[in-house]
Amino acid sequence: MQMSQSSPGNLTAPEVLDAYFLEARARLIELAATLDRIDRAAGSQAVQSDARLNFIHDSLQILQRTQPGRAKAVQELYSLK
Amino acid sequence: MFFIDPHIHMVSRTMADYEMLALSGVVAVSEPAFWAGFDRSPAGFIDYFRQLTEFEPRRAAQFGIQHYSWICLNPKEAQDLGKAREVLAEIPKFLSCPSVLGIGEIGLNKNTPNEAKVFQQHVQIAIDAASQGAPGSKHALILIHTPHLEDKLKGTRMILEMLRDFGSAIDPARILIDHVEEHTIELVKDAGFWAGMTIYPISKATPARAVDMIEMYGPQRLCVNAAADWGISDPLNTHRTVLEAQRRGHQLPELLKVFHNNPAEFFGQNPKFTVKPITMQPPA
Ligand SMILES: [Zn+2]
Repeated sequence: MQMSQSSPGNLTAPEVLDAYFLEARARLIELAATLDRIDRAAGSQAVQSDARLNFIHDSLQILQRTQPGRAKAVQELYSLK
Repeated sequence: MFFIDPHIHMVSRTMADYEMLALSGVVAVSEPAFWAGFDRSPAGFIDYFRQLTEFEPRRAAQFGIQHYSWICLNPKEAQDLGKAREVLAEIPKFLSCPSVLGIGEIGLNKNTPNEAKVFQQHVQIAIDAASQGAPGSKHALILIHTPHLEDKLKGTRMILEMLRDFGSAIDPARILIDHVEEHTIELVKDAGFWAGMTIYPISKATPARAVDMIEMYGPQRLCVNAAADWGISDPLNTHRTVLEAQRRGHQLPELLKVFHNNPAEFFGQNPKFTVKPITMQPPA
């Protein structure tokens, strides 16, 4: 099945941004704090190569893409092949 | 575990909330004057101050909770200087009410020149009130609101600068600057002020980030609140912060300091506040 490019209800892009910006901001700060928390904890060097941390860093790369399909790509990244 | 909720807007909450607070170990609440969601007339403020000083203490007492309040014109309504003048003239007489701890929550909202002017006028009222019942102190206690989101950093800097301009007339130990986050907590604590952290959905800190900040900047001169009001907020967010800290292995005696004894110490600088710090033996 092909991913549809239908629009989110009858919201325009500025309305979507208005509706979801603060939530996205809060989640980014939370993620930044989570990464800081890992770094502050004992044994932080040992987890730098942990696959889960790499997932997070790779997900952030996907977020930088300019095409839709980012959520699906992040899910695939976290999936068993 | 016992709590003093240092910042909550009970006029917006129900009796069921008072019951829930009592059931969850809250022995005292401190309620700063704030914005009602719409702009009031000066007469509306007088009624609001009476609600804070006469009605809410009676509601709280039904659940064994001590209710204290702070009086001011909130920054969101400080744009109208004419109205501000009328409301500010009424503040000194409410400061002498038996449950009023001081001036608050004053501060900035959009960091405008009018807001700054009214902020400075409030600080001056606090200084003028020193002789009115806070023996030996430079001024009445002050509780300060810092702006939301993108305005917070600039507003916090402006507030610190304005306080600095009062020179030796102000005592940082008698001022709590609230709603600090990762980018403002150091500014506030380094300048010697008390800091308040607010656990509020989306726009402020979360339990996990609040515990991070307690760990990174220490529990000294730090209070935690949920600033529960008429918005999507939850008085139990302070309790959730304790649970998060316990999950990381922090012990109750240490948490009692932040969630009960620190507010008791800060508010206790006004003799009207009678809840004393308590000690708990660490587990053997
Ligand atoms: Zn407030």
